[in-house]
Amino acid sequence: MIDVFDIMGPIMVGPSSSHTAGAVRIGRMARTLLGEEPVSAALHLHGSFAETGVGHGTDKALIAGLLGLSPDDMDIPSSFEIAADRGMKFSFDETDLRDAHPNSVKMEVVGASGHRLKMQASSTGGGRIRVDKLDGVYVSFSGDYHTLIVQHMDNQGNLANVTNALALARVNVANMSLHRSSKGGNVMMIIETDDPMPDAIVELIEKQPGILQVIHYRRES
Amino acid sequence: MNLDSMQEIVAAVRREGKPFWEIILETDMVNRGVSRGNSLEKMSRTWHTMKEASEVYTGDRRSLSGLSGGQGKQMRDYAASSAPIGGEFIAQVIAEALSMGESNACMRRIVAAPTAGACGVMPAVLVPLYWRENLSEDKMLEAMFTASGIGAVIAYRACISGAAGGCQAEIGSASAMAAGALVHLKGGKEEQICHAVAMALKNLMGLACDPVAGLVEVPCVKRNVIGAMNAVAAADMALAGIESRIPVDEVIDAMGEVGRRLPVELRETALGGLAATPTGRAVKERMAAGQKKQRTLTIKDARWKLEKQEAGQEG
Repeated sequence: MIDVFDIMGPIMVGPSSSHTAGAVRIGRMARTLLGEEPVSAALHLHGSFAETGVGHGTDKALIAGLLGLSPDDMDIPSSFEIAADRGMKFSFDETDLRDAHPNSVKMEVVGASGHRLKMQASSTGGGRIRVDKLDGVYVSFSGDYHTLIVQHMDNQGNLANVTNALALARVNVANMSLHRSSKGGNVMMIIETDDPMPDAIVELIEKQPGILQVIHYRRES
Repeated sequence: MNLDSMQEIVAAVRREGKPFWEIILETDMVNRGVSRGNSLEKMSRTWHTMKEASEVYTGDRRSLSGLSGGQGKQMRDYAASSAPIGGEFIAQVIAEALSMGESNACMRRIVAAPTAGACGVMPAVLVPLYWRENLSEDKMLEAMFTASGIGAVIAYRACISGAAGGCQAEIGSASAMAAGALVHLKGGKEEQICHAVAMALKNLMGLACDPVAGLVEVPCVKRNVIGAMNAVAAADMALAGIESRIPVDEVIDAMGEVGRRLPVELRETALGGLAATPTGRAVKERMAAGQKKQRTLTIKDARWKLEKQEAGQEG
């Protein structure tokens, strides 16, 4: 079902929904997943992002998103100056990612209290995005839903504990997937829901044995 | 309601005795699970963004590539000081289309309708008519809902991106949306909306997407002009009672089919058409050479500011 405001919209700063608005959303997603103010970011542009990124302001858009700006913020063109004012360091280079969408970026971000995030994401068209890799694990989620990202140990019982908590929340699950880097390695559980998860349930999941980290991404309307 | 076909919307209009735009508004309420007030408010914000983007345009800005900027103002000045061939209204439509296309290229706030590259078509016809006929706010929102319903059907049955279907899918869809909106604003009925949409799409069928250096500038900014002019012509024809011989849903399907048959060189890859001309290639090379230089300079500039700031804090 097509949202009529995807047709008459989005309201955005130009010139390209995929190369500019989508890039801002990728930056914002990284900021949310990091959970704090970024102080440094290394960004690696792939494919069309690398080729036509500067002409489309993709670099400025990514930094704007990391700074928390929205896709319709008129300050996007001056994001480099804002980053300098706030003391956020950043660097860009070009890379060649295997099997990646043409509009992709890989980034390593460090937050104010030392949190680190490695994320690869793509801008899939019309301002839509997809997170493709998180801290070394291949994942797939769009930010079109409220999303719970649960990082846990690769042993039994974790899925049951999380779903029990979800049942308590009475929140309808739209999509759910489990991803791991290797046997016994890093595991990510991605749960996309129609309604936001109550904080108490997020906390409950965090306190289950075997759970390493829980991030709750609230969909942006 | 799924917005799968224009025919389905027209059937709902007749079945429920509601205007075209209201069927789209109610679909949005169900689809997003929001109130009527919420849906209207969001559309109002969208319309106001379009209108403001036109009002704040000065023509002073240039795009990062240097290819775009200033032509909307040139056209506005010409419209005001000379006797344009197509009369004052058409000159305003041209000026608005250029202004919005340029604003997009110059990283200003616009409404993608249905895409950022085609953002000039809708405001180019709506804003001048709004001022000329002193139209009410409510009426403009109705026109916006009408247009978005048309765009949703085209997106479902065919495509609305240059990468998927060429420029006919971007400017063509925007033109069809604008034509339907104009018919509504001039009091046309649902079947006239359908004929206007069909004629607008037919007139631009096959248009290639061939952006120079892959940027949304040449020929995109000026293609907004033809999309808007075509919308005016299609709407006037429909209001005159002229009908499309091919029904609207079949036209949309044909546009989708033509899009799929377009070679990849003519679908936003910047490998064919104007992008592949000697001048187009030269622009691309200049951009590629300038890109590295510009990026290094800007980051160096930011670092310099940062170091200065840190030094200041320590001091």
